[in-house]
Amino acid sequence: MNKPRPKYLNLFQIRFPVMAIVSGMHRISGAVLFLFLPLFLWMLQMSLESRQSFEALRAVAANPFMKLVLLGLLWGYVHHLCAGIRHLALDLHIGTELAGARLSSMVVMVVSIGVTLGAGVALW
Amino acid sequence: MVNRQVVGAHYGLRDWLAQRVTAVVMIIYTLILLGMLAMLPRIDFWHWKALWTVDVMRYATAVFLVSLFYHCWVGVRNIFMDYIKDTGLRLTLHAIVILALTWYAAWSLQILWGM
Repeated sequence: MNKPRPKYLNLFQIRFPVMAIVSGMHRISGAVLFLFLPLFLWMLQMSLESRQSFEALRAVAANPFMKLVLLGLLWGYVHHLCAGIRHLALDLHIGTELAGARLSSMVVMVVSIGVTLGAGVALW
Repeated sequence: MVNRQVVGAHYGLRDWLAQRVTAVVMIIYTLILLGMLAMLPRIDFWHWKALWTVDVMRYATAVFLVSLFYHCWVGVRNIFMDYIKDTGLRLTLHAIVILALTWYAAWSLQILWGM
């Protein structure tokens, strides 16, 4: 039986299981972290150059908008890290069953959001 | 004749492996850095700076950053291969990413050993 092609996927009508969300966010967070590399290197440089630049960086980081950006990047880092560890486990054939895969995806989401919220509370 | 494309997945076992090895390096470094930060009595300029003048810390960070840049290359290239259909544009983007990452690597060394 021939199905009519091409098929168009409407991303807004597909139901994403949590594994798909974690996987998609792994890619998005990776791309965002790559784009922000110059910011990270600049911050490392400012923090080490001199006491003046260290304090200047501290002032920049105290800006509420900057805090939000850094918090978002922290979320990206922790999510990418946790989802990455999950991938390594999958490579070792750990958690490849549906229930296990779903559970580990939930853990990735909860841990990364939890760490970010914790850091947010500590920052404010 | 084997029909090979100019660009493509380079039969990517090496990249697959590199992505995982660099990932493990970065996981370990993240844990070490968190441990180091936890051991600082407080985070002011002098304590922070002292941490980074330890040679082990410099080399560990250099290994971390080089791993990070290699990891970025594999990941970003994968994204481009998935979404950028036009070969010329894709190769141009690849070149830009390679140049950027090379620049970041040189910059990293300057930060770590130039202070």
